[in-house]
Amino acid sequence: MVERECYNLDHGGVVVVTVRDGKIVRVRPLYLRDDDAPSWKIKVGDRVFTPPRRSNVTQFTLSIRRRVYASNRVLYPMLREDFDPDRKDRRTENRGKSKYVRISWKEATEIFAKEVRRIREQYGPAAIAVMMSSHQMWGYLNASYSAMTRFWSILGYTEVLNNSDSWEGWSWGATHVWGFYWRLGLPDQYDLLDDALKNSEMIVLWSADPDATNSTYAGYDSVTVRRWLKELGKEIVVIDPFCNYTATRFADKWIAPRPGTDAALAAAIAYVWISEGTYDKEYVETHTVGFEKWADYVMGREDGVPKTPEWAERITGVPAREIRALAREWARKRTMLGPGNRAGMGGACRAPYGHEWARMMVYLQAMQGLGKPGVNFWSTNTAMPSWEEFNFPGYVNGGMNVPGIAKQVYVNPVKQKLLRTLVPDALLTNKRLSWRGFGFNLGSTEQQFQLNVYPLPKPDGAPIRMLYRFGSAYLCTMPEGNKWVRAYRSPKLEFFVVHTPWFEGEAKFADLILPAATNLEREDIAEWNNGGGASGAIPHGSNSNAHRIIVYMQKCIEPLGESKSDFHIFLELARALGIEQEYSEGEDVEGWLRRIYESSDMKDVMPFEEFKRRGYYVVPVPENDVSHRSFATFYELGRGLATPTGKIEFESRSLAKFDPNDPERPLVAHYIPSWEGPESPRAQKYPLVLISPHVRFSFHSQHDGEKNPWIEEIPHHRIYKDGRYWWPLWINPADAAKRGIRDGDLVKVYNDRGAVVCIARVSERVRPGVVHAYQASAIYEPVGEPGDPSSPDLGGCVNILSSLRFMSKNAHGFAPAHALVEIERWEGSR
Amino acid sequence: MTHYGMIIDVGRCVGCYNCFIACKDEFWDNDYPPYSRAQPDRGQYWIRLKEKERNFPQIVVRTDFVPIPCMHCRDPPCLKAARDGAVYVREDGIVMIDPEKSKGQRQIVDACPYGVIYWNEELQIPQKCTFCAHLLDQGWRRPRCVEACPADAMIFGDLDDPDSELSKLWRSAEALSPEQAKGDLLAPPGSDEHGVSVKYLRLPKPIVGGSVIFGDTGECAEGVRVTVREGDGVAAETVTNAFGDFMVEGLRMGGKYVVRLEHPDYQPKELEVTVNGDVNLGEVRLDRR
Repeated sequence: MVERECYNLDHGGVVVVTVRDGKIVRVRPLYLRDDDAPSWKIKVGDRVFTPPRRSNVTQFTLSIRRRVYASNRVLYPMLREDFDPDRKDRRTENRGKSKYVRISWKEATEIFAKEVRRIREQYGPAAIAVMMSSHQMWGYLNASYSAMTRFWSILGYTEVLNNSDSWEGWSWGATHVWGFYWRLGLPDQYDLLDDALKNSEMIVLWSADPDATNSTYAGYDSVTVRRWLKELGKEIVVIDPFCNYTATRFADKWIAPRPGTDAALAAAIAYVWISEGTYDKEYVETHTVGFEKWADYVMGREDGVPKTPEWAERITGVPAREIRALAREWARKRTMLGPGNRAGMGGACRAPYGHEWARMMVYLQAMQGLGKPGVNFWSTNTAMPSWEEFNFPGYVNGGMNVPGIAKQVYVNPVKQKLLRTLVPDALLTNKRLSWRGFGFNLGSTEQQFQLNVYPLPKPDGAPIRMLYRFGSAYLCTMPEGNKWVRAYRSPKLEFFVVHTPWFEGEAKFADLILPAATNLEREDIAEWNNGGGASGAIPHGSNSNAHRIIVYMQKCIEPLGESKSDFHIFLELARALGIEQEYSEGEDVEGWLRRIYESSDMKDVMPFEEFKRRGYYVVPVPENDVSHRSFATFYELGRGLATPTGKIEFESRSLAKFDPNDPERPLVAHYIPSWEGPESPRAQKYPLVLISPHVRFSFHSQHDGEKNPWIEEIPHHRIYKDGRYWWPLWINPADAAKRGIRDGDLVKVYNDRGAVVCIARVSERVRPGVVHAYQASAIYEPVGEPGDPSSPDLGGCVNILSSLRFMSKNAHGFAPAHALVEIERWEGSR
Repeated sequence: MTHYGMIIDVGRCVGCYNCFIACKDEFWDNDYPPYSRAQPDRGQYWIRLKEKERNFPQIVVRTDFVPIPCMHCRDPPCLKAARDGAVYVREDGIVMIDPEKSKGQRQIVDACPYGVIYWNEELQIPQKCTFCAHLLDQGWRRPRCVEACPADAMIFGDLDDPDSELSKLWRSAEALSPEQAKGDLLAPPGSDEHGVSVKYLRLPKPIVGGSVIFGDTGECAEGVRVTVREGDGVAAETVTNAFGDFMVEGLRMGGKYVVRLEHPDYQPKELEVTVNGDVNLGEVRLDRR
């Protein structure tokens, strides 16, 4: 019996994988060795806080062995049975219903190369669109920004721009208050754990659930932090229509505004502070501009409506006395505000007019002296002590198409772009499409104002004829799922290639499926929770982990069947198109990993071979590390932010230059009733608001569905009934009783965009008028015709129910967080 | 001598299900003869989470999660129900079901008052938590569930070592009753008739809570003294917070109490309460003196 241990990395942390006789038998969290770098210590009074010496891996990452051996692994290249590349009629109407036949890699690459050549010749390279998802499996060499981007940049393609999904309202709103465009509007996060433990008295988590969202990739390292906060007696208030997983264990107070009304609550808090004089007047004088205009709005001098707690109670459903009590506590205690996952983000920013809420979050903390010890932006899960100066790239800037790693970097020669949320329109219509910005508007505050169009006239552009899809599924993570299904079946889409390890989601609509290996079946290198510096939008994001850990991701087993690593898939495709040398620069996997390694500060720590043997490296934290908490300098100086005035702008100069008369994004933030909220006309027919936050027990769809029966067994993720594992829908007892729904009943949740069958969890954890179901079901299983709003999905893809409509007139982000729905008991066939 | 035991601190558990998944990972598709056969994909929860929602929606709806592994009883009912030595207790206290000898003995499943034994239909054997005995025997310090817990909610060690962290906390820990394990978590604690090796800290107890409002102003009543009396004695005392809320935990099931609310500027109010579960008094108004 031969047994060995490998190190590897997944979305939930660093793992040690046991391989016995060529089979993966065990996945454990990494526990640090005694000779790894010492952990940091924070001294508060006579107590010393130090983190557990391990990677606090999440349950979904502990389950990754199971999805390697999934029953729905794609083991061979597959071709849709009724797809014939030599026929003009591709029978696209059968996508989603067809069977697939196994073909060889030789056949697959030949079909691929022939189609690519034909499409390029007939329409031009812009006719090929390439979609990465926001997330793929860990590993820099195999990341979408690396192998895939390099391959396609050599050829030229229409880049499908990722909209700034997790950040939306912050990018389109908060940027215009405090700058930080390179962070898509989020504030920087340094040494705030230290500040909070020592100086804060209260934490307000607003639209944030750190126990579920894990600082994106940091696993459960911050669970320890929240325990410390409770032990130190900090008051914790959570504002969320759902008494979320953090609130249900840690909150002293749960405040539940109706979805889409958070800005009204914020305005009322400001009203209390202004009318009672309990805000930092001196700070507002010296550190901000435009406050008088905000005060005019709040006090009712602008529109005749004072934003009193009573006014807000009518809109939000939160009792006025509680709004007053919250405002008073917030003012008299040193309060951290955590508005979303990483002190920014949050479902409320991904809702209609989410930029108004995001802006008001900045306004509120500015009114309390942002940057004062204990007063900052922090969601309990970032900004641990960390040695940021130690340079190691992230997945955005650590791959094959990066200067300093590649000898020759390829820049995509095709000018045409297409915003991701417009892909369905592009495939279903001949409309000329336009949008503002470049998806991730990281380059400047003004970048988001730029108008772009599709298609561009020849030779710069062409209507899309081919889609290449890579990474975790869009089908249940993008809004209006049925429209995506109809788009994939459009006859305009002549060739659809999906590159994936599992037969789920989009794969069921592909013409050609390329079998990808998982992160346990290939060599790679990465730092835990490091997306990358400026281009990754979260510089030094790995300070959300208690330890910075750089991992040599060892191949545990050979790829199953004929699956290949992403690097090797593109190598095959490059070979078939005669660009192998350009793609690989003659380098094999080991060569590229060495190059990535040598581009970092690791080259001064130990030789690459030694790192490969050791498997991981813990970056030390300097002793007696002085605190450089965020906004400390701004607090001292009152200037220096990346805004036109250098100060916090209640009235935005950048918006004034672009459009001073936009009623949907005015110069000063306003509460604007949501077009998918309780005050919208749609609410007459669909009176409940569905909120669909990030799933807790998976990372998007990556750990859900047929590939992972273990996760399906967790009753907060799926619930078994009558032969199937159903997606839970949380319903308030009053709403359930009105409709004759009991706990455990199957219910159809629907609107005019579609219908989904879920299983009812009747609970007081969701406020009346609201239902809750996570996004990211990996299973899309329509009862009738795929894409038809009247054919209910049994898998749990609630994304079907939300809208692709832009957040507001000039803010072209998406707003999937809320959808107006109705529910009824489901008696239909299973 | 070694006697393995475990304490689970319910106050620390965040309901992440890491323990459940780590256990699945260890045993799915992995036989460890002679200790255990593989656990199936579905239907078995060698450590399962029982939960209770504490319904105070105007304050917070807390959820308590109670992980329940095998109790590794000193006097196991499963052993009594087994034939031919199918169940045995090791010297270190771990209760084992022999995967060969137990074939066909479905009655072992029903014998467990805690419901921690599962029937494997394909293999026709009863199965349960083994405290990862196969790993402990290789020198591991703790089972997979304890290793995976991100909240440090589980303490594992030797009850026969008086200096172990486990032994030091053992006296303040409580045994789960079969009624709590299979029925209502707020049922009264049991008598530990089977001599469990797994105990708990901060098991959920009935809560009396409410939200006090000043009747004349309609504002949240901060700083109201709350005294909970049983007969002549004071069972609990607290003060309302800035939201006027109070939640008092640890009262007795079946107990009759008087909750008295006092504030210098308002007339006191008394409410009689019988505790048959959590008691949410809702909004309580005080009248000005």
